[in-house]
Amino acid sequence: MAAGATYEPIATTTLGSAQASVTFSSISSSYTDIILICRHATNVGGNTFLRFNGDSGSNYSVTFLRADGSTASSARGSNESQVTLESFGFPTPDFGAITTAHIMNYSNSTTFKTVLSRGSNANSGSGVSAVVNLWRDTAAINSITISSSASTFSTNSVFTIYGIKAA
Amino acid sequence: MLNIIAGSLSVGVTPSTSSYESIATITVGSGGAANIEFTSIPSTFEHLQIRLFVRPTSTSNGPVFMQCNSDTGSNYTRHSVRGDGSTAYASGSTSQTSMYFNGYNVYAGATDRPTVSIIDILDYKNTNKYKTVRTLAGLENNGSGEVGLYSGMWMNTNAITSIKLFDNVNYGEYTQAALYGIKGS
Repeated sequence: MAAGATYEPIATTTLGSAQASVTFSSISSSYTDIILICRHATNVGGNTFLRFNGDSGSNYSVTFLRADGSTASSARGSNESQVTLESFGFPTPDFGAITTAHIMNYSNSTTFKTVLSRGSNANSGSGVSAVVNLWRDTAAINSITISSSASTFSTNSVFTIYGIKAA
Repeated sequence: MLNIIAGSLSVGVTPSTSSYESIATITVGSGGAANIEFTSIPSTFEHLQIRLFVRPTSTSNGPVFMQCNSDTGSNYTRHSVRGDGSTAYASGSTSQTSMYFNGYNVYAGATDRPTVSIIDILDYKNTNKYKTVRTLAGLENNGSGEVGLYSGMWMNTNAITSIKLFDNVNYGEYTQAALYGIKGS
């Protein structure tokens, strides 16, 4: 028997002006997974990063799979200071991007936290990517800070987190 | 799912959250489990999604194999594109005895690095077509790991009523598989 609605919007931030970062804090531990959807652009183009619980230490790592319209490739980053959601240096000012990140089992205190994400940007030189990140901490995630390697996220960028609750 | 995403992308539109429902969740207990199986899947949805969180055992992170309706025949196909941090791979095979997701098959060295998969089973009850499954999956281990996009097909027009997920070794304690149903309009 179905348990009822289980995909709930938790919070949305829409930027009224350019901003360097966005933080969702006091995230409830009552869900199973968190989904972050970013519809965003930056002032000069850059990768999108996440930090959990304010952790800026070298406790993150990433593996990329990406395609730029002619070539598929894979790359890795170890002992990083944040989660990296894409790898093309998008979204640029004129070409926004859509990134979806699944933060799996975010509130468990037994394992490290794995994030699956997909990014896309139709701008020339960009492409599509599938990415897996690891945060090497067993703490439950209660805050997510989104930032970019560019200076700022552009006005009207939208960031939404959803909670998915298993039966 | 599409309605929810469309709602979030359209300013001022409230996404519909009643079209995505939790059907069942299986959590592996102490001692592990050889497989995870959802049975008696209701036919009231259009699509299914399994969100799988695999905690490794002491020997393997293991790939994920999937069979439908207890069919163990050579009635499945597989395709994948995956990256291991240095190389992108593409592969495909036919006449398989299962679908296959998440090719990482090396023990991560610790049980605290989960393998995760998001498995979409499209049009699962349609009796006019074979069944297609699409998966995003990965494991990251700070210096090793793999992420990939996988697809599989069950060459049978029967509605899917059961799904079995299995590893080449046991799933570890705290492994969790959550089955969700997505309704049409």
